[in-house]
Amino acid sequence: MQELINIFVKAVFVENMIFAYFLGMCSYLAVSKKVSTGVGLGLAVIFVLGITVPANYLLDNYVLSEGALAWLSPEFADVDLSFLSFILFIAIIASMVQLVEMTVEKFAPALYNSLGIFLPLIAVNCAILGGSLFMQERNYANIAEASVFGLGSGVGWFLAIVAIAAIREKIQYSNVPGPLRGLGITFIVTGLMGIAFMSFMGIKL
Amino acid sequence: MAEATESIEEGVKDEAEVIEAPKEPLFSKKNRKLITDPFNDDNPITVQVLGICSALAITVKLYPALVMAISVVFVMVSANVIVSLMRNLIPNRIRIIVQLVVIASLVVLVDQVLKAYAFDVSKELSVFVGLIITNCIIMGRLEAFALGNGVWKSFLDGLGNAFGYGAILIAVAFFRELLGSGTLFGYQVIPDAWYAANGGYYVNNGFMLLPPMALIVVGIIIWVQRARNTKLIEEA
Repeated sequence: MQELINIFVKAVFVENMIFAYFLGMCSYLAVSKKVSTGVGLGLAVIFVLGITVPANYLLDNYVLSEGALAWLSPEFADVDLSFLSFILFIAIIASMVQLVEMTVEKFAPALYNSLGIFLPLIAVNCAILGGSLFMQERNYANIAEASVFGLGSGVGWFLAIVAIAAIREKIQYSNVPGPLRGLGITFIVTGLMGIAFMSFMGIKL
Repeated sequence: MAEATESIEEGVKDEAEVIEAPKEPLFSKKNRKLITDPFNDDNPITVQVLGICSALAITVKLYPALVMAISVVFVMVSANVIVSLMRNLIPNRIRIIVQLVVIASLVVLVDQVLKAYAFDVSKELSVFVGLIITNCIIMGRLEAFALGNGVWKSFLDGLGNAFGYGAILIAVAFFRELLGSGTLFGYQVIPDAWYAANGGYYVNNGFMLLPPMALIVVGIIIWVQRARNTKLIEEA
């Protein structure tokens, strides 16, 4: 249990998707003009990361990595399909997003309407594929750890986008130098927030 | 998104013109603009704000940034050409998946080549090679340009945008490596005698090596660019 909490805290604060790895920056910059849309996209990201990371964990451990196919028949014990992982991960993500979209539309139309266009767009959000690739690189021990990592990364991303959206709403009222207005100041503010988040780095978990 | 649909419409218009006037020279003014625009007026990173995701984490040193830039040039040009060739065959509803498959296969190629011939860099780039797949600038150009334009134009567009992207990447890496470690491509640039350890007054700015500084360097590049090119300034 303690191990799981450690992974969660690490994914949210120490290895924050935005401030430590810049993943999902495109949508982070494009959709952070208002807090409410930021919250919508953030929730969608938590949701999709929480589903796709464990799904890709299963795929990686039972199909792709070296010797993973041994459960089918001992002949396959030395088959290594890991070169296929990019294509299959992105395929799983795209189909999962489609599936999630249909399920949410059917069973929670209110949520579906509030997420709107963000759900389909998430398939090409780097944070989602990044989550799966980090999961593969770090060799988590079991599916629980992988799911907690996925959820944690999503929560970290959510925090980041809500924070920047709130700051951008306030910045509207300040007198920013012309050439820095909009994009430039957002980059610099994100950089400063990243520096603040680096204070978590010393924490050993 | 509005920009994207706009350029699709533009692209469609362009093509109609090409069909009417088939003798347009290979490097007509319009075609040259496809290459030169992304360097300044329409830069993928500083103006279109696409493709930042996989870019910034690998700009600590020049060499990985250069490898990344070359990989993106390759993937982007090939994907643009392939999708442009298939543009009349792809059903509209599943185009995103088709594009993803094209990009993903090209990225697998790049990844395998890097692993075989430049293993150290490939380790250093780690997941960021794979993340070229979801690099928004590639998707963005396929959606906005290659789907509506001929092969030659898409080739030029891919080349221009990938170089515009690579230029920013290399500029950021240049400053970060120079100020952060005093080297360029791993070679010492700042004279040894300047360093505090050898009796000088110079100390490397270790802060430049940390991830947040990449964002601030890009912010400053945007500032300089927009100060020089005032039509890019956003309304408050």
